[in-house]
Amino acid sequence: MSTGFAPARVRSPRAVSAPRERATETFTAPAGRDGSRLTRLRRRVRWPLGIYTTPVAILVLWQVTSELGWLPEKIAPAPTAIVQAGIDLWKIGELGTDLTTSLRRVGIGLAIGLTIGITTGIIAGLLRSGEYLFNGVVQIVHTIPLLAVLPLMIVWFGIDELTKVLLISFGAGVPMYLNLFAAIRGVDQRLIEMARAAGVGRARLISRVLLPGALPGFLVGLRFSLAYSVLGLVAAETVNANAGIGYLINRAQTYLRTDQVFLGLVIYAVIGLLADQFVRILERVLLQWRPSYEAQ
Amino acid sequence: MSDVTTTSVDVRDVRRKFGDRVVLDDLSLTIGESEFVVLLGPSGCGKSTLLRLLGGLDRPDAGTVTVPRERAIVFQNDRLLPWQRVLRNVTIGLYEAGADERALAVLDEVGLKDHARAWPKTLSGGEAQRVSLARALVTEPDLVLLDEPFAALDAITRLRMHDLVRELRRKHNAAMLLVTHDVDEAIALADRILVMSDGRIGSSYDVRLDQDERAIGTAREDLRASLLGDLGLAAVH
Repeated sequence: MSTGFAPARVRSPRAVSAPRERATETFTAPAGRDGSRLTRLRRRVRWPLGIYTTPVAILVLWQVTSELGWLPEKIAPAPTAIVQAGIDLWKIGELGTDLTTSLRRVGIGLAIGLTIGITTGIIAGLLRSGEYLFNGVVQIVHTIPLLAVLPLMIVWFGIDELTKVLLISFGAGVPMYLNLFAAIRGVDQRLIEMARAAGVGRARLISRVLLPGALPGFLVGLRFSLAYSVLGLVAAETVNANAGIGYLINRAQTYLRTDQVFLGLVIYAVIGLLADQFVRILERVLLQWRPSYEAQ
Repeated sequence: MSDVTTTSVDVRDVRRKFGDRVVLDDLSLTIGESEFVVLLGPSGCGKSTLLRLLGGLDRPDAGTVTVPRERAIVFQNDRLLPWQRVLRNVTIGLYEAGADERALAVLDEVGLKDHARAWPKTLSGGEAQRVSLARALVTEPDLVLLDEPFAALDAITRLRMHDLVRELRRKHNAAMLLVTHDVDEAIALADRILVMSDGRIGSSYDVRLDQDERAIGTAREDLRASLLGDLGLAAVH
């Protein structure tokens, strides 16, 4: 180690005698903090670089390359062609039927799954005996992937609506239970103690402390439930169906109608996006009290 | 005031240990009706443990604790429910009709009537602690336990809170036990100051000073020196 490296703690001596000018920093109001309406709008969407930039750029690139003929129609038809496929299918009434069929399945499945998930979640969260009753089972069931349950459901219930609805409710119920249970148990112990010290009875402890305190966790559960119910829908409809968005995609695949396959994917994406927005709005309304929440 | 006519709190030979550590060792204490007692001691001397026993949040290992059924605790942190507005936070322990009117009246006393509809997150530290004072007083308790309620506040806000507590005491005829490690706070508020050491009440001082004498003067300084001595801080000052 005689390469001339100095040990780290030996510093080169600084000229102490020379008066050194102290570095300062001065902070003033940034330019254009309250500028015109246009600059404020620009800042809000963060033009030209915002979350919309990349998706829009890809869409434009996709459209251009399609029209130039660089992208084969079999692989990926132009975005406008996909929209056109949607309009055509809507006009002959197929898209409407498929859409309502799928939405009805999700609706019924969610209703069953959320009802069971919320009821058991609250019971297990509030009662020790409820925890013993449900928690083990749900934790075990939770480890089985949603899609792997499908064959069993088909063996049990056939390929009818029941299998599809049950798969969706299974996907929705489990995450709701898990999140709600954890949220109720996670309510700040000091607040529960405060309520006890204030002479609060059991009913009011539940209605004013435990359940409102579990609301953020409930909404997380709801978001997962909605996402998994769509996943269940896709799985159920892709295996066997004679109506629904999954059926639309399968049929399009058979006839090599790539535009209709894309249309189905877009519809799934929109359903997922709307579900997510729905929870966001709920959060905005129900969680105003949260310190992290900012108005507007 | 220390001449106890009617007893509000009666603690006899109370022992509390956590594992091998004896925190309260045969401690006895009485507090008279509408008496203001300050329990002084360094952190970890067991004063919060005693307060939890008095509040019914914990049980002694030996001995008896007798306290009024109507009692309230003001905690070190405000412990407001963040998901309830100020008014609903104050009415949490009220079951009778007219709860809102009573809560508004007490909020008025602590100067926060205009904040009844506010969320706790919009309150400053002092305001939040005033709400928790209102929450404690609205049930008209016979005993109010205050667990270092002003420790997290800045010095100026703390002085304002002392004034407020004195004023509230005149209106609400309750016995109060304040736990603190702040000698000046003890002198400012107490009828009687108890210094805790080794899990017992080490020494007791009756404070018969008027408001001006509590702020400045030789009597105050003598008391302060004695208290610091009891706390083992005499050499420092």
